[in-house]
Amino acid sequence: MQVEITVNGQQRSDDVEPRLLLVHYLREVCGLRAANVGCDTTSCGACTVLMKGPGEVGGESVKSCTVLAVQANGRQVTTAEGLAPDGGLHPVQAAFRQEHGLQCGFCTPGMVMAAVGLLSENPHPTEAEVREGLEGNFCRCTGYHNIVRAVLAAASSANGAAVGERAEVGA
Amino acid sequence: MIPAPFDYVAAESTTHALDLLDSFGDDAKLLAGGHSLLPMMKLRLAAPAALIDIGRLAELIGIRADGDELVIGASTPHAAVAASDLVRADAPLLAHSAAQVGDPQIRHRGTIGGSLAHADPAADLPMALVALGGRVDLLSQGGTRSVAADDFFTGFFETSLEPGELIASVRVPRQPGAAWGYQKFVRRANDWAIVGAAAINGRIALANMGPTPVRARAAEQALADGASPAEAAELAAEGTEPGEDVHAGRDYRRHLARVLTRRALEHLT
Amino acid sequence: MSILGTRVLRTEDPRFLTTGGVYTEDVVDERLTGAYHVFFVRSPVAHARIARVDVSAALTAPGVVAAFTGADVADLPAVKPGAMFNQQMTRPVLATDKVRYVGEPVAVVVTEQAYQGEDAVELVDVDYDPLPAVVDYADAAAGKVLLYEEAGTNVAANFGDATALDEHLFDECEVVTTRTILNQRVAPAPMETRAAAATWGEDGRVTAWIPNQGAQGTQGGLARLLGLKPEQVHIITPDVGGAFGAKFGAEPEHALVAWVARRLGRPARWTETRYENLVGMTHGRAQQQTVTIGGKRDGTVLAYRLEIVQDSGAQVRIGAMLPFLTILMTPGPYEIPQAEAIAKSVVTTTTPIGAYRGAGRPEASAALERAMDLFAAEIGMDPADVRRRNLLPPFTEPHRTKFGALYDTGDYAAALDKVLAAAGYDELRKEQAERRASGDPVAMGIGLASYVEITGMGDGEESPPQENATVEVHPDGTATILTGTSPHGQGHATAWAMLASEELGIPVDKITLKWGDTDLVPEGGGTGGSRSLQHGGSAVRQAAQELLEVARERAASELEASAADLRFDVERSAFEVAGDPDASVPLASLAEQERLIVRTVFTAPGATFPFGSHVAVVEVDTETGKVTLRRIITVDDAGFVLNPLLAEGQRHGGIAQGAAQAFVEEVVYDSDGNPLTASFADYPFLSATEVPSFELADMQTRTSYNPLGVKGIGEAGSIGATPAVQNAVVDALAHLGVRHIDMPASPQRVWQAIQAAKGNA
Repeated sequence: MQVEITVNGQQRSDDVEPRLLLVHYLREVCGLRAANVGCDTTSCGACTVLMKGPGEVGGESVKSCTVLAVQANGRQVTTAEGLAPDGGLHPVQAAFRQEHGLQCGFCTPGMVMAAVGLLSENPHPTEAEVREGLEGNFCRCTGYHNIVRAVLAAASSANGAAVGERAEVGA
Repeated sequence: MIPAPFDYVAAESTTHALDLLDSFGDDAKLLAGGHSLLPMMKLRLAAPAALIDIGRLAELIGIRADGDELVIGASTPHAAVAASDLVRADAPLLAHSAAQVGDPQIRHRGTIGGSLAHADPAADLPMALVALGGRVDLLSQGGTRSVAADDFFTGFFETSLEPGELIASVRVPRQPGAAWGYQKFVRRANDWAIVGAAAINGRIALANMGPTPVRARAAEQALADGASPAEAAELAAEGTEPGEDVHAGRDYRRHLARVLTRRALEHLT
Repeated sequence: MSILGTRVLRTEDPRFLTTGGVYTEDVVDERLTGAYHVFFVRSPVAHARIARVDVSAALTAPGVVAAFTGADVADLPAVKPGAMFNQQMTRPVLATDKVRYVGEPVAVVVTEQAYQGEDAVELVDVDYDPLPAVVDYADAAAGKVLLYEEAGTNVAANFGDATALDEHLFDECEVVTTRTILNQRVAPAPMETRAAAATWGEDGRVTAWIPNQGAQGTQGGLARLLGLKPEQVHIITPDVGGAFGAKFGAEPEHALVAWVARRLGRPARWTETRYENLVGMTHGRAQQQTVTIGGKRDGTVLAYRLEIVQDSGAQVRIGAMLPFLTILMTPGPYEIPQAEAIAKSVVTTTTPIGAYRGAGRPEASAALERAMDLFAAEIGMDPADVRRRNLLPPFTEPHRTKFGALYDTGDYAAALDKVLAAAGYDELRKEQAERRASGDPVAMGIGLASYVEITGMGDGEESPPQENATVEVHPDGTATILTGTSPHGQGHATAWAMLASEELGIPVDKITLKWGDTDLVPEGGGTGGSRSLQHGGSAVRQAAQELLEVARERAASELEASAADLRFDVERSAFEVAGDPDASVPLASLAEQERLIVRTVFTAPGATFPFGSHVAVVEVDTETGKVTLRRIITVDDAGFVLNPLLAEGQRHGGIAQGAAQAFVEEVVYDSDGNPLTASFADYPFLSATEVPSFELADMQTRTSYNPLGVKGIGEAGSIGATPAVQNAVVDALAHLGVRHIDMPASPQRVWQAIQAAKGNA
C-alpha cells in the first residue's frame, strides 16, 4: 500500500507491504542505513529514530523495529543522517565524539537519537536521569561511561536547551 | 524477526473500526501503539490475518476529568499518561505506573488500551488498574459496557473482551492526596516485573503472582482489621499461584510479594 | 611536542555518527547486485537423530529459490577438532544424522527477498528422534550419553593428569579450605550479529564480506571449510559491530553462504537474528572449578590447587582449549610455594564455547581471587592484607612462574595500594562497620581483586609473536598505513595514525589506515588477546622509522649532502641539512619520482603481562537479594598509555562486561538442553542503569619487550572486575554467615544464600 512519509525533511511516496518494519523502510527503501537492527524483542534500541505527526509535539524517540512503515504514514521521521544536514555535527553527535562515546559504532545512531529525544524532554538531566533515559539502548563496547558523559556534555553546552529542538524537521 | 504477512486498514473512526472487526472476525487484531502486539507478531507467537489500526483516532486519545473519575482514551500513549498534570494530581499511582513501562521509546508508542488488552500479568498497567479499582469502557456495535478491573482480567493473557469489542477508554477514581505505594522488582532496568505490588486505599494488587494481576485479599482484610503494614504484608502471598522462570522460583516470588507489599503499604516507590 | 600519550579524538567518528558504520548487512557493492538471501533452519531440540528433513513445502513458498540439507552439501569436508583433541569429535558443516544443540543449523533456505525467508523456514519439516540431553558437568564427564558415539567419551581433552596430583600438597597448612564454584556461561552478544555476503568470480575465487577479528584467519578458516586453498578466498572486512572474541575465523554459516552462491551462480548474503546469535554464536566461560587453598594463620598462602571442568558445548572449538590458558595463569600475581592445576574439557548438548573477552584468563583470576577471599574468611583476616602478604614483590627482570609463564614487568603491591587509596578503603570499611552495627538491612560490601594477565601471545616460543605494517607517504602529503590488525571499535585508525604522525610529522587526519582485505594485506594476526598495540602498533612505528631511512637517502641525494649530515624536522615533516634549515626538502616530495613505501615486520620477544587491582563497592538489599553496584575503582596497568581516551574506553568496556558476569548476566539451559535466555528480553544484558561511572586510577609500568613499552589493555578490565564484584557481594553478607555465592549474584541466588546461612546459624 501507498505511504507518504517525510524522512529527514524530504517528502516521499512509496508502495510498501503492510508488514514492512519502519527500520527496513528506512534502510532498504530510503537507503538510510545508520539505524541498525540489534535484536528481536524491542530491547536494544539500535533502531531508534525520531517520529512525530501533525499536531504532535516534539520529535519523539521510537524503536523503528516495532513501528510498521504504514503506521508512519503522514508522519515525519528523523534519522541520524538527518540530524545535522549541513554536513556538520549536531551538538549531541559532537559531544559523543568529544567524549569518546562510541567504539564499534553499531549502537551509536540509535543511542544518539535516543539522547536527542531525552534532551528534548529533559534538557538538564542528572546522571541518574541520563542512565534511566537510555535504559532502552544497549551498548556492549563502552560500558556506558562515556555515553553518559557525552549526553551530560551536550546538555550543558551552550545549545543545551535547544539541543532537542534542533532535531525538529524543518527547524 | 519479521511478522507473517497480513492485511492492514487504518480505521477512520471507532464506528469504522467496529465494522472492520465485524467483517474480519477472529482473523483481525486491533493495533494502537503495537508495542504489545508487534513484538508477539515478530516472534510469530501471533499471526493475525489483518490489523485494524486505531492508534490515531482522536476520539480514543486524551485524558479528561469526568466527575469523580479520570477518563483516559485507550490509544493514549504511556508517556502522555505519565506526564499528564491531571493524572499526576488525581491518580499519581497510574502516572507512576505508566512511567515504569519498558523504556522511553516504548512509552512513546505503547498505549494504555493496548497494554490492558494484552493482559500480561507481569505488566505495570494491569496491576495499577486493579489496585486503583478502575474500569474499562468497552465499545461494540451493540453499545457500550463497563467492566471493573477486578473482572476484566480473566486468565493468562486473557480478558473479558468479546469478539467485536474494543476498549474505548479507561476510568480510574480521582483520589488526589490519597497515599499510595508502588513496587516493581526487576533484575535490570527495562524488564517486566519479577513481582510487582501496588497499594492504595486499602487495595493491594500484585503483578506476576499468577496468570492475572491478583488482589492480595488476605492482606487487605488484615489491614481492614487494623493490622500494621508489616503484619498485613505477611499474608500477601496467600492464595497466589506464582509461576517459575529463570528469574524466580515459587518460594522466592512469594517472599518478594510479602516484602514488596510491605514497602508499597509504607507508600514507597 | 609528542603526540604520544595525548587524548587524540578518533578520526573514525564523524562517519559513524552521521551516516553510520557500514557493517556487513549495510554493504552495497556492484559485486553483490541481485544477491539471494540465505536463511537457516535450526534445531529446536538439544540432542536428536535427524530422521527426515523435508523441504518440499518450503520450495513452494513465494520467492524461494532453493533449499538444501546436509546431504546436499556432502562435498564439503568434515570439520575436525584441533590435533590435541579427540579426533572422533568430527562434525559436518551442516548437520546430517544428528543434532547436538538447540540452534544447530539443519537446513538452508534461499529466497529472492529478505522478508520471504522466515516464511519459508517455517515450512521446512524436520523429524527428530530425541536423545537424552547432556547439560550437567558431571553427566557429561560420566559419559552415559555420548554426543559423539565413535569417540567413546564426552571428554574432548585432558590437561594434566588427576593421578599426578600431589596428595601432600596441603600437609604444611594450618588452615585449608575447598569449594567447587561456577564460572558461568555468558553470551558475548556483540551488538552486530554474525553475517556474510559472498560472490564467486570467473577465476574461481570467492570474495566474502564477513565481520571478523582477523581477515587472514577468516580466510584460512573459510578455505578449510570449503576445501579450498587460502589463495582462492578473498576476505573483505566491513565495519565490525563488536566481537569480544566470538568473531575469529569462519563459521559454518559463512561457508554455507559461500557454497550457496557458488551452487546457484548468484551472490548470496545472510544476517542472523538476535535469537540465532544467542544460540548460534559461541558462548563464553562455562568452567566448573574446584579450588583448594591453604596456608598459615598469619595469612601466608602455602598451597593452591585448581581443578577445572571446561564445558565446551556441543563442538570442540576454541572453548575446549581455554583451560590451557587458565592453567597457565593459575598462580596469578602471587607467590604461592605449591600450586597445581588440571582440567578436562567435556562436550555437552549446548551451544559451543568460544573465546570471550579474556578467554581463559578471567577464569583463572576469578577462581584465585575467590580462593584468596575464602582463605581470608577462614583465618579472619582482611582480604587486602592477605593479598599484600602474598603478592610477588616488584620485578623488572622477567619472572618465570612454575606454570611456564614469563611475566615481563610487574609491581603488584603498588597496584593494590594505589587502588585501595583511590577507593578510600579504610573509610569504606569504617562505613561498613557502622552500618552493620546499626543493623542496616541494606548491606554494604567491599570486594577486591588483584590480577595479572597474559597479552600478545604468539604461537609458543618457537613462533614468537609478530605483526606486519606497511607505511606509504604520498606526494600530496598524506600517508597510508596497511596493518595486519583488525579493529572493531578499538580505534586503530587513530592510534596507528598517531604513531606514524609522531615519526613522520604528518597530521593524524591526513593518515588513512587500511586493514581486513586479504588481497591488500595478505598476512596479519588480527585483533584479539590484546595484541594489537604491542605488535601492530610497534610495527607501524617501526615501518615509519624505516621509511624515514629510505627517505633520508633520497633527501641526501636531492640536497647533495651526506645522509649523516641531515636532520629530520618532524614539525615541518622535512629533511634539512643540519645547521642550515633553508636547505631542506619535504618528506612528501621524496615520493614524487618513486613510491615512498616500506613494509616491515615487528617481532616481540614474547607475551606481556599487564596487571592491576580492582575494588568494587556494592549495596545488597538483604530483604530481596538485589545487588546494586555503587562504585568500581580500578588500576589497570598495561604499560605506556598511547592515547588515554582510547585506553579508558577499553577499560570501561571491560569493567562493564566483567561486572555484568558477576551480578547480572548468565546463559541458562533447562535440563532438556533448552536455552531459556535466548533473547535480549530474557538474557540480562547490562543496561546503563545497572552500572555507575567508573573510577580509573593511572599506573604505567612499561615493558621492555617493545620500544613503546606497551602491553595489552583490551581484556584487563573484565579480568579484574568479575572477581571484585563477586567478592564484594559475598563480603556484604559475610556478617550473616555467607561464605560464597556463585555468579551471577542474581537476586534469587543472593536471597537463597542468606536463607541458607540463617538455616545454618
